[in-house]
Amino acid sequence: MAISRHKARLLLLGPAGLWYAALLVLPLAVVLVYSFGERAAAGGYAPAFTLAQYANLGSRWAAFKNTLVLAPAGTLAALLIAYPLAYFLAVRVNPKWRTALLVLVIVPFWTSILIRSYAWIYLLGGRGIPTLLADLGLGDWRLINTPFAVLVGIVYGYLPLMVFPVYVSLEKLDKRLLEAAADLGAPPWRSFLQVTLPLSLPGVATGSMLVFILLMGEYLIPQMLGGGKVFFVGNALVDLFLQSRNWAFGSAMSVTLVATMLVVVTLYMRFLKRIGAARDDIGVM
Amino acid sequence: MTAPTRGEDESQAPVIAEFVDTTKRFGDIVAAERLNLQIRRGEFLSFLGPSGCGKTTALRMLAGLETPTEGRILIDGQDMGDAPAHRRPVNMVFQQYALFPHMTVAENVGYGLRQRRPRMDRAEIARRVDRALETVRLSDFGPRRIWQMSGGQQQRVALARAIVNEPKVLLLDEPMAALDAKLRGEMQMELLSLQRVLGITFILVTHDQQEALSMSDRICLMGQGRIVQIGTPRDLYDRPANRYAAGFVGSANMLDATVQSTADGQARVALADGSSVTVFSAGDRAAGDRVAIAVRPEALRLSVSDSVDAGATGFAATITHKTFLGEHIECLLHHPVLGQLQVNVPRQAERSLPGADVGRTVHVLWDHGSGLILGQD
Ligand SMILES: Nc1ncnc2c1ncn2[C@@H]1O[C@H](COP(=O)(O)OP(=O)(O)O)[C@@H](O)[C@H]1O
Ligand SMILES: [Mg+2]
Repeated sequence: MAISRHKARLLLLGPAGLWYAALLVLPLAVVLVYSFGERAAAGGYAPAFTLAQYANLGSRWAAFKNTLVLAPAGTLAALLIAYPLAYFLAVRVNPKWRTALLVLVIVPFWTSILIRSYAWIYLLGGRGIPTLLADLGLGDWRLINTPFAVLVGIVYGYLPLMVFPVYVSLEKLDKRLLEAAADLGAPPWRSFLQVTLPLSLPGVATGSMLVFILLMGEYLIPQMLGGGKVFFVGNALVDLFLQSRNWAFGSAMSVTLVATMLVVVTLYMRFLKRIGAARDDIGVM
Repeated sequence: MTAPTRGEDESQAPVIAEFVDTTKRFGDIVAAERLNLQIRRGEFLSFLGPSGCGKTTALRMLAGLETPTEGRILIDGQDMGDAPAHRRPVNMVFQQYALFPHMTVAENVGYGLRQRRPRMDRAEIARRVDRALETVRLSDFGPRRIWQMSGGQQQRVALARAIVNEPKVLLLDEPMAALDAKLRGEMQMELLSLQRVLGITFILVTHDQQEALSMSDRICLMGQGRIVQIGTPRDLYDRPANRYAAGFVGSANMLDATVQSTADGQARVALADGSSVTVFSAGDRAAGDRVAIAVRPEALRLSVSDSVDAGATGFAATITHKTFLGEHIECLLHHPVLGQLQVNVPRQAERSLPGADVGRTVHVLWDHGSGLILGQD
């Protein structure tokens, strides 16, 4: 039985299309409409057309600030840790051990992030690392419920998501290109900057997008390791929708978050494209 | 100083690169064993041998991409020791080209020049890149991306990327292997004229004996990690050192024989069927020595008459296969004692052989002086 091209396309895209329409486009449209509304007297949503919610965003500035500082910082920190690790796994390690080591990278995922975050509460809490530091005479440290704790938590949680895309791009890099670079007179560090790095940028882009977008919406880790002091937009949203029941204001915040993400991602992609297309002497004196 | 001319003068040209007892092992595998070879400035030398015989390994040791397990590598009189690849005055054209996919053609070609310290002037780099692209006839292709180039064009980009650096030795690892037959022929001609124009020493790795014969000043024939014979293409073809060399470069009939007498580099030998021929003999042979004889298929003739002219030996054999190959006809014959013989009959000679078809018994004529005694092993 022949299926027409048209039907085939419908069959292929239908399920995903329905899914996205029902669970993404529609809710987003609702949120967008709500963001111009008001809080009903008893909480929830009352129809209106006002920009009042957007005008009020400044009252939640701290949540935006934390998110916009810690999400990029977490992404960057994850990248700085993941890149050398991925490089080691893809280029340096004896292939015999590679699979085993890759499995080790994802082993933490076998335990719920909730449980692992509890572990961090202990480690960073009063009786954990600070005690150790104090006993060693290294001074009095308060770690838990600080931006640092949240940063540690998010980097720890999202590291594998950065390692894998970078690993894949480095692994498929043709090693003969590095030999060619050496043959043409490039010392190892220069061939890294001129050949390895530019050719691994797609992996870097994928990894950092993945981590950054997830971090922008992060809720659990700031909740647990920030102790209500270091909260993200996600925490503010939970508060607005579930506690103060101000759906209109919550919607305005959500819309702003999504818009910010779009802007940042677009800028970042442009930036990567530019270095990707740039000469090979980027980053080299 | 002018580039040395090809031919006789070459033996006077200074040595530009040298293997001294160079051995390379990968674990238990001996990829190259005690190589001893001097390469002269301006010469075109080929490493020839079947796949896996260590040609690439030899080349990579020169480039500094492999470190010899034992022995030394000298370039222009300097012991390279552990000098890394990026400090050696040689450049390589890689087997699959290894062009940088994220750079344009011009950026690829200029890569080596951009590595120079102190830095080379940008305008100067651009000028030399243009000239190199012109040399390989890719003048207008500078801004193109690598994936926009055909296989043959990529090959020329790889060549330009190497020669632009004016290396003391240009190393080419089977550069033509991925090209189709016609393009390969053209590229061989181009490489040859390029080498004459530039006067750079070329070392070519190839498993294609035709390519090695047609292009090289000298051929270094390798087998199982060792050098089997070094010589001009004519040396290798006319005076193969042993069975392996005779069989790998061109084809040859190999026969057992017993020496009857020797004189002036010639030997009279008796073949297994009792007939005797005069052959070339390089080594010291004494009457009674059992030796192996090689004779090229084109050195033998066929005749349908029984008359054998003086100066030739003849024996009857039956034609079992005839293959038309254009310029000649390859005939396989069976002789009850000597076994299988191959005779290549030139197109023109075919007319004087009426009825020489498969199944027919004809005379194989062996002119005195054709063939030679092979060395041992
Ligand atoms: N990096 C390597 N590790 C292990 N064995 C190798 C390596 N490179 C080459 N060899 C082995 O050395 C031998 C010679 O290889 P190579 O020089 O590539 O031969 P050729 O170029 O003549 O085909 C082969 O047996 C090959 O398997
Ligand atoms: Mg090879």
